[in-house]
Amino acid sequence: MFAIHETSPNVRNMKQLQYAVLAKRASRIKEEIRQRVRKPFKDLIEVYWGDPHRGGVKPLTFVQQVLAACVYPQLVDSDELPVDVRQRAELLLKGCAGGSVGSYTATQGVPQIVHRISEFITRRDGGAPCDPENIYISPGSQWGLMNVLNVLVDAEASPRAGVLTPRPCYLTSNQSMVALGAVAVPYDLCEERGWELRVEELRRALESAEGVCRPVALYVINPGNPAGHVQSRKSMREVIRFVSENRLFLLADEVYQDCVYGEHSEFVSYKRVLTEMGPPLSDTVELASFHSASKGFMGECGLRGGYVELVNLDPAVMKYIYTLFSADSCAPVLGQFALDLLAKPPQPGDPSYPLYKEETQRIRSTLVRNVKRVFEVVNSLPGLCCQPVEGGAFAFPRLHLPPKAIRRAEEMGMQPDMFYCTRLLEEAGVLVCPGCEFEPKEGTYHFRCCIMVPEDVMEELLRRLTSFHTQFMTDFS
Amino acid sequence: MSSLQQVNPTVRGIRASAHTRLHRLATHIAQDITQDITQGALKPFKEVIDVSAGDPHTAGFKPVTFVRQVLAACLLPRLLEEETLPLDVRRRAQRLLEACEGGSVGSYTASSGMCHVRQSIAEFIVRRDVGVPSHAKDIFISSGLQRALMVFIKLLAGGQEETRVGVLTPVPCPHTLPALLDEARLALAPYRLAEGRRWAVDVDELHRALKSATERCKPRAIYISNPGNPTGHVQDRKSIEEVIRFAAAERLLLLVDEVYQDSVYGPGRRFISYKRVLFEMDGEYSDTVELVSFHSLASAHMGEGGLMAGYMELVNIDPEVMHFVDTMLCTDISTPVTGQLALDLMVDPPRPGDLSFDTYSQEILLTRAVLSQNAQRAQEFLNDLPGMSCQPAMGGIYLYPRLHLSPHIIEKAKTLKVEPEDLYCQMLLEEKGVLLGAGCQYGETAPSYHLRLCILVLPDTLEEVLARLASPPSTVMAALPAREGRRHGEHFVTHQWCPLC
Repeated sequence: MFAIHETSPNVRNMKQLQYAVLAKRASRIKEEIRQRVRKPFKDLIEVYWGDPHRGGVKPLTFVQQVLAACVYPQLVDSDELPVDVRQRAELLLKGCAGGSVGSYTATQGVPQIVHRISEFITRRDGGAPCDPENIYISPGSQWGLMNVLNVLVDAEASPRAGVLTPRPCYLTSNQSMVALGAVAVPYDLCEERGWELRVEELRRALESAEGVCRPVALYVINPGNPAGHVQSRKSMREVIRFVSENRLFLLADEVYQDCVYGEHSEFVSYKRVLTEMGPPLSDTVELASFHSASKGFMGECGLRGGYVELVNLDPAVMKYIYTLFSADSCAPVLGQFALDLLAKPPQPGDPSYPLYKEETQRIRSTLVRNVKRVFEVVNSLPGLCCQPVEGGAFAFPRLHLPPKAIRRAEEMGMQPDMFYCTRLLEEAGVLVCPGCEFEPKEGTYHFRCCIMVPEDVMEELLRRLTSFHTQFMTDFS
Repeated sequence: MSSLQQVNPTVRGIRASAHTRLHRLATHIAQDITQDITQGALKPFKEVIDVSAGDPHTAGFKPVTFVRQVLAACLLPRLLEEETLPLDVRRRAQRLLEACEGGSVGSYTASSGMCHVRQSIAEFIVRRDVGVPSHAKDIFISSGLQRALMVFIKLLAGGQEETRVGVLTPVPCPHTLPALLDEARLALAPYRLAEGRRWAVDVDELHRALKSATERCKPRAIYISNPGNPTGHVQDRKSIEEVIRFAAAERLLLLVDEVYQDSVYGPGRRFISYKRVLFEMDGEYSDTVELVSFHSLASAHMGEGGLMAGYMELVNIDPEVMHFVDTMLCTDISTPVTGQLALDLMVDPPRPGDLSFDTYSQEILLTRAVLSQNAQRAQEFLNDLPGMSCQPAMGGIYLYPRLHLSPHIIEKAKTLKVEPEDLYCQMLLEEKGVLLGAGCQYGETAPSYHLRLCILVLPDTLEEVLARLASPPSTVMAALPAREGRRHGEHFVTHQWCPLC
């Protein structure tokens, strides 16, 4: 009856992630370890996803305590939890109908939380005003991105709508665009210059789209994923001028804004830069900026809390944004709460502040150290090199594979970096994400590795990588 | 830049929801009231009562204690070492945390859901359906019914104009469904449920609807909810078999919303799943009919809509298609872990002998009793009101009474360019501070008007709502011409408010 050829063509055009293949193998290996099969490693190090808790980073105590008290308010009455935890839980529950996280909330999110997010944005952006009406909480940033794209992209238009996307870029975002009927138009980040975004390349990409599709938006990830570049103000101003000249909607994925390590790097939001540029740009450039509770120190990917701030949209268009977001009732309430804690963490003087500070400092210093170590170790290995990671959650080393290895991969019907990653998993018990998942430039091979893991795990990872890589290069020389 | 003209036409075409508009109005009125009261003004009502949609905790029901305790322990594992929580709660939380990556609810899960939970769901289905096999691999978790349905209908979407894929949709249907179909660019092909027979499914009507639909689109699927949302009808085995045979003969995919399966109270009625009926039919059906059944945390007992999780079970679906379901869910990754864990608790609650069993069963029984009581009380009351008639409900959380509206109101609605039920609900809201749902009778040639009343509320709330509906005439009444309803003479004399002309 309902066979594959009857499936919507937009869906059929979506590429399959290699993850499923690796995940299956990883499961099998874990099972074998459980059954005490002899292996050269005692456990798997899984650094495929940007998932700090999976990697072993501990959740923040304040977050855990507040959320538990919200779910089971009887805890609020007990003396076990610090006063500020109990107060925050009470405050959050007051914003819920029936005082329960099980109730639906307003489509945009609990009003008090939306408000606190807008205050957070204003503080972050040195006073730039932020209207709560422009904020929509969503279950994770990707979902918010889909909704905005849905308004911009007419699947039945001819020529099709195009979205300029970075290369490399994680497959899921491109897939979402394809599913909506858009065309992803890649612009290359410059690897040799630390994966910098260059406006000339944006122009080239735009020209390449002529006759193929009609570009409607530019998608930028800052700090980058998988490439850990952090844009300079100058670069961001150029991007803003570019989108203005070419009447493109600017989609700024800023979920890694809390993860900046480079000594000379600083995160500045697109909203701030835009505001500082003043009219007419600040009044006309259309911008959607995405953030989430999944990344940064909170790392609560599983709670599904994200938001989008929409700037300079026509009010009539905003109406349709509302329609799309309201199709799903609301974002998960606990995810909304996590965002609230992100927007307003414990402050000096609060009982929970010392512990909160200690935990976040520890995570931060771990990440700074990890980034340094990855850079050192990876660059010391022949056939492997890595740009400095200025920000984000990942390192994205480049593989210079010997021709013999490339041939073997081809014989096996695999992408060369997928072949490398499969071997790395089987022989060293390290699960990373192959570069082919990022639509890379032809003939270049990479892998992406999450650096949000405890220090000892990173050391172990680097040790295994070194030993595996050396052997691999010897085997295929 | 983006202006109205450049907005995706599909999005522009999503029909406006009366529910959204009324809700916004209700919020404004509620805010006004708070202001007025603080300023000492007198209002005909103290607060707005929203009985338009099901949200049990908002209505005053307490969450299931066991669920909240386990989730709290999962969020704050330190609680596992203390004795504040019962032992069975701690044990279950421990087991669930072991199934989470990194032992944290903050980690991503597989896009189709945690294996452990999918397995629990499969086992639940086997128990519920008395031995009919169910496998974790056929179960896909998503962030609630809407999203699950959206994933599936996006798969179906395709074609344009007459070749546009269509879905046979009941009239009435859940108020969120039409917008969902619009967004996925599917055509809606309505089939009427038989009001006179307690909203039963009429197979002849299915045939008629299909024939009519094929002139405008390519029907590929049939959507049905059982227990019915918002009708409260519960199908018996014979009725389910008829629908299955129809779907088989016409090669339609069955999309079955069974979210209210735990709320059946009609005398002599039991819930029986489509899957079970299918499997107990001949091989020519059980091996071929394609079925997707949906369930979620927004059920009456759980009431945990805000945790955003549900699942769908795929039966007889091509494995390649299932593969794409997974791919689509990959772009979503939006089912919160806490919601997934709550699903596990929903399908595998405390059993007799467990420490938490007594509390759990009391809580469930209370909800069920209130629902059943409310259904009867409200149906009798509304049916007695002049200008209204109401079929008894057998299950679910709504009543769907019929309104006999005066031509005056119908005309007024036309001038205001809203549906008459919509206008009526607005008047009710402004006059009496009660928010009911407007019925949804899209595409009907012989219009009839209905309201949707959520009966999953505390008995006191229901009484207040009914009292307000029965209170003396107001501007609504004043606007009506003299009534001809002498057959309702007595009621008229007792000043019951009625929209009849």
